[in-house]
Amino acid sequence: MSPQSNWCRCTSCHVGYGWKDKDFDFASSENVDCLVCHDSTGTYRKFPTACGEPAYEEKKFGGKVFKPVDLRTVARNVGSTSRTTCGRCHFYGGGGDGVKHGDLDSSLLKASKALDVHMDVKGLNYSCTTCHVTKAHQISGRIYSQPAPNKHQLALPKDDGERLACESCHSQTPHKKENVLNHHVDKVACQTCHIPRYARGGVFTKMWWDWSTAGKLDKNGKVIVKKDEHGNLLFHSKKGGMGWAQDVEPEYFWYNGSMSYFRSSDKIPPQNGVNREPSKSLEINSLKGDYEDSKARIFPFKVMRGKQPYDPENRTLVIPHLFGKKGTGPYWGDYDWEKAAEVGMREAGLPFSGKIDFIETGMYWPITHMVAPKEQALSCEECHSRNGRLANLDGFYLPGRDRWRMLDSLGWAALGLTLLGILLHAGLRFVSAGRKGGQS
Amino acid sequence: MKVKLYLYTRFERFWHWSQAFLIIFLMVTGFEVHGSYKIFGYDAACRWHNQAGITLLALSAFAIFWHLTTGQWRHYQPSFDNLRGIIGHYLIGIMRGDKHPFHKSEERKLNPLQSLSYLFLKVVILPLQLVSGLLYYYYNEWINWGITARLDGVAFLHTAVGFVLLLFLVVHIYLTTTGGTLLSYTKSMFTGWEEVEE
Repeated sequence: MSPQSNWCRCTSCHVGYGWKDKDFDFASSENVDCLVCHDSTGTYRKFPTACGEPAYEEKKFGGKVFKPVDLRTVARNVGSTSRTTCGRCHFYGGGGDGVKHGDLDSSLLKASKALDVHMDVKGLNYSCTTCHVTKAHQISGRIYSQPAPNKHQLALPKDDGERLACESCHSQTPHKKENVLNHHVDKVACQTCHIPRYARGGVFTKMWWDWSTAGKLDKNGKVIVKKDEHGNLLFHSKKGGMGWAQDVEPEYFWYNGSMSYFRSSDKIPPQNGVNREPSKSLEINSLKGDYEDSKARIFPFKVMRGKQPYDPENRTLVIPHLFGKKGTGPYWGDYDWEKAAEVGMREAGLPFSGKIDFIETGMYWPITHMVAPKEQALSCEECHSRNGRLANLDGFYLPGRDRWRMLDSLGWAALGLTLLGILLHAGLRFVSAGRKGGQS
Repeated sequence: MKVKLYLYTRFERFWHWSQAFLIIFLMVTGFEVHGSYKIFGYDAACRWHNQAGITLLALSAFAIFWHLTTGQWRHYQPSFDNLRGIIGHYLIGIMRGDKHPFHKSEERKLNPLQSLSYLFLKVVILPLQLVSGLLYYYYNEWINWGITARLDGVAFLHTAVGFVLLLFLVVHIYLTTTGGTLLSYTKSMFTGWEEVEE
């Protein structure tokens, strides 16, 4: 899945404001929409399928009416960014509230302290840019290809470029009472304990997206839409099957701040899908770091799983043409994966064999927002226990979780035998003492 | 004829019972940290285990000082005198109601089996446990001390010796019942006085 060949749909958030054709200059700062970030009226909204443009006349999208934007009013009310402007894209990525991120959704607009200690509207009331400090439109962030902070180095801008981290404000020794917790910070990211669950604000996040079941229409050839009792899409003919969850326990992995990405030209490795059970899913992004890596720490993730179309002969993922005029091959119209992939791959300039199959995929989404009040931070047992949250993380000894079965069996067996021996000895003593007593 | 001997001075009794309490408490919390059961919760078990360990270390320092300055260390000089006879007594003689082949005195209050096993406990088992425990406790400092080993080895040793101590404790407690009456040895560890055959 890619914005390529689907520009006029995806550019409502992705780069490409005012996209017209393949000669569009994505690098030009002229092609950045100022208003989407700087509108303070809340009325400037991009129309979902208008190549990044807002509605200039009244239009409908999926039953929703988009009123024409009053550019005069908007222009007179430009201002700072806000949760609303940032959230327009970052809360709704993937085509809906909470679809992509598990820790960013519209519930943050009016966050309570329980949801996010920093964005609590009755407390600290941080905006996005309180942390994501921005200088001359350079927005500081964390993820992409940069490594995590070193052990003895704060992530302040002067130390660490434009990256930000919890440590930027909280220092490397944030726990005042329990020094043993400070001993964890070199191996455990703050987020691991302080974000015990994500999607806690009442908005469900999408966990499963099975494109392989898409295309099924009802007997009249109409789109089928199924929703659960909360209004979450369970099936849509255009998108396939979906699974949703709220208040989700993250999955934990070693992570040094770097990821590598599976690109559209990359070959799917042989252990994935093609020649074996598709149970081992293809990683859309791969996390770098392990226990031995001094820069890696245990970090929480949402793993977005699903099934995506791929080319079983060229062993590449395909870029299907999803959005476009019916009859020209868009999947959302013609419901033909082969045709959609042919159009999409041609536009992307990539080879396509003409065959389509589906492969299970997984994508790691770091969990870093929705920091809970300290009372809700994980207790020791959540990890330091036999089947705790870190049960599947290997390569190191974790007290309370790990043991040597042999040693334990041997130890307890020895104790049992010793007690048995004592019982026998004491019994014999008792019996012989009784016999002697009888004799005398 | 029976005589009463003052064998265990006040400090020795204090040391014995506080050490007993600390070791039992360390076992209870230690096996909880190991994940064998849940009583106090990992957080409390871990914290109290560390505190008890440090306390035991301090107590040991006093005990070593006491052993050296009072000359009581002499009781732990290894002796193999009639070792076979003593083992035989515990296996068979005790059933027949035989008298203990060893004669306690103020100069030699531990029988050879005791002196050997206590010596082994004091110079091998407890030091192993204290050193591995300290290393475990200071795991985060290893990087500054240039130790590149992993936690596994230390954790293994500390757990293994924990089991050895558990076995020692069980046998030790059982053997306290082999005096004149079931509780006479325990009583003398409280009073300091012990009735021995002359």
